[in-house]
Amino acid sequence: MRFPRAFAFRSLVTVLMMLLSALFLLPFLWQLRSSVMTISEIFASPPGAFPHVPQWRNYVEVFSIMPFARYYLNSLVIVIVNIIGALFANTIIAYGLARLKFRGRTLMFSLSIATLMMPTSITLIPTFIEWHFFHGINTFLPLTVPAFFGNALFIFMLVQFFRGIPLDFDEAAYIDGAKYPQILLHIIVPITRPALAVVAIFTFLGSWNDYLGPLLYLNERRLYTLALGLQSMLSQYTSDWHLLMAAATLVTAPLIILFFLAQKSFVEGLTMGGIKA
Amino acid sequence: MERSQRFWGWIFIMPLTLGLTIWVAFPLGISLVASTWRWDMIGPPRFIGLGNFITMFTADPLFLQSVIVTLKYTLLSVPLQLLIAFGLALLLTSRVKGIGIYRTVFYIPSLIPVVVSSAMWLWLFDQSFGLFNIILQQLGLPAQGWIFDSGQVIQSLVFMNLWTVGNIVVIFLAGLQGIPRQLREAVSIDGGNLWHEFRHVIVPFMSPVIFYNLVIGLINNLQTFTQPYIMTHGGPSNASLTYLLEIYQQAFQFNKMGYACAMAWVFIIVTMILSAVLFKSSGRWVYYEGGGK
Repeated sequence: MRFPRAFAFRSLVTVLMMLLSALFLLPFLWQLRSSVMTISEIFASPPGAFPHVPQWRNYVEVFSIMPFARYYLNSLVIVIVNIIGALFANTIIAYGLARLKFRGRTLMFSLSIATLMMPTSITLIPTFIEWHFFHGINTFLPLTVPAFFGNALFIFMLVQFFRGIPLDFDEAAYIDGAKYPQILLHIIVPITRPALAVVAIFTFLGSWNDYLGPLLYLNERRLYTLALGLQSMLSQYTSDWHLLMAAATLVTAPLIILFFLAQKSFVEGLTMGGIKA
Repeated sequence: MERSQRFWGWIFIMPLTLGLTIWVAFPLGISLVASTWRWDMIGPPRFIGLGNFITMFTADPLFLQSVIVTLKYTLLSVPLQLLIAFGLALLLTSRVKGIGIYRTVFYIPSLIPVVVSSAMWLWLFDQSFGLFNIILQQLGLPAQGWIFDSGQVIQSLVFMNLWTVGNIVVIFLAGLQGIPRQLREAVSIDGGNLWHEFRHVIVPFMSPVIFYNLVIGLINNLQTFTQPYIMTHGGPSNASLTYLLEIYQQAFQFNKMGYACAMAWVFIIVTMILSAVLFKSSGRWVYYEGGGK
């Protein structure tokens, strides 16, 4: 009696999952379909489900109507500098907070955690005013420099990770005459690779997807990131949906590739702190 | 060793100390001072005391409109997000084939940049050639205005936002996988059904995760900006003018820096009160293992 019921239940769940998956994939399919159509197919009535002949040249045309290569480069530069900054700053901060004893470290850790609850909209304008006075508008500085000061979520995550490593490791090395920077670099960092991968990936995601930052700080076309480039294309070519969807695909592709290369780190990162990308 | 730890400790956390000063303390200070100014960032600021706040609450219909829009959006979006994410996570705990594929499919939309999803959905919502209206027409139903209709724009943006629940699903799923199997099995041994298992094991065990997602969800949704900025510019007729979008316009389109800072302070005070209320109420419905709170 029990077995057929379990079987029926499982079939029901499978069908439900398939339907839901189709629903979640639909916008992507629509995007891909539109990205390889001609303009007349886009606005055909009745609309067709598929292009007559896939227009792969749409993807090439995107590069000729917009300086997309330039935008790729800009985004890439910003992302790479952010990753370097994030790896460096968060590692040393978390090491100091997690494994060295000194007065004030609990306070500093609490202050850092407290900023997690602070909505970003409060610092948005005053930070812009700061950069205005530092002449940072229309440079990549406002989009890269903050990474070198650490991020509360990554600090929290790494502190948890570091606390799981036995303190004997450091003490033994210290007695052998190693200084703390050496201990961090040669003993702690090698064991921390998986957590550092999470930091790198979510930094990539955060700065690749960032829209508000570039919108505030970059007004010159040659400095645009991909996100900003796509938006300006959206306001210029309002009805060229075949090109817009091709451009959208080009902006997304690196992320999808990154996801499939590093799926495990993605899941780990999300469950460690629920980072909203 | 102690001295060395103190020395290196402060060296190592130097970026944090500086960062909290430059990116938190200074901005908060600047913002607080500027909220009492009338200032366009070009000329000298003029001190007007609580003038900005008074204008906001007595003479700015757009402020009120943005508050209403933001509340409507958040109150609709957050519960739906949590319910759907929880449901999907529950489905993902079942032992059917290909679970990894489903998990990936649900997660991917939350990965892509908001600019991209805004572009995609702008096209999906297109009134004549967008997918949604094509489907409706195929089914013999009337085409809808979606984001181009002031009466539907909020619902449409919430609908779009539900597509990106994947990261919440992953967090719920991790929580669900942490529930000891014996606990769930104990229910059926005692003669309980799936509902009992859900009500008396899953929900209490998951309450800290639900609480976490609720707080984060509220803070994120209250700060919705990119979708209305790109897709509707706050329209039609200000029906999707969210609070952050209004702050942005005041600051960077009307150059009212002081006014925008004052608006941001109202926002942070409201969110702080909201968080405090939530944390206080959490004692009643959030269960922590071992009884500690």
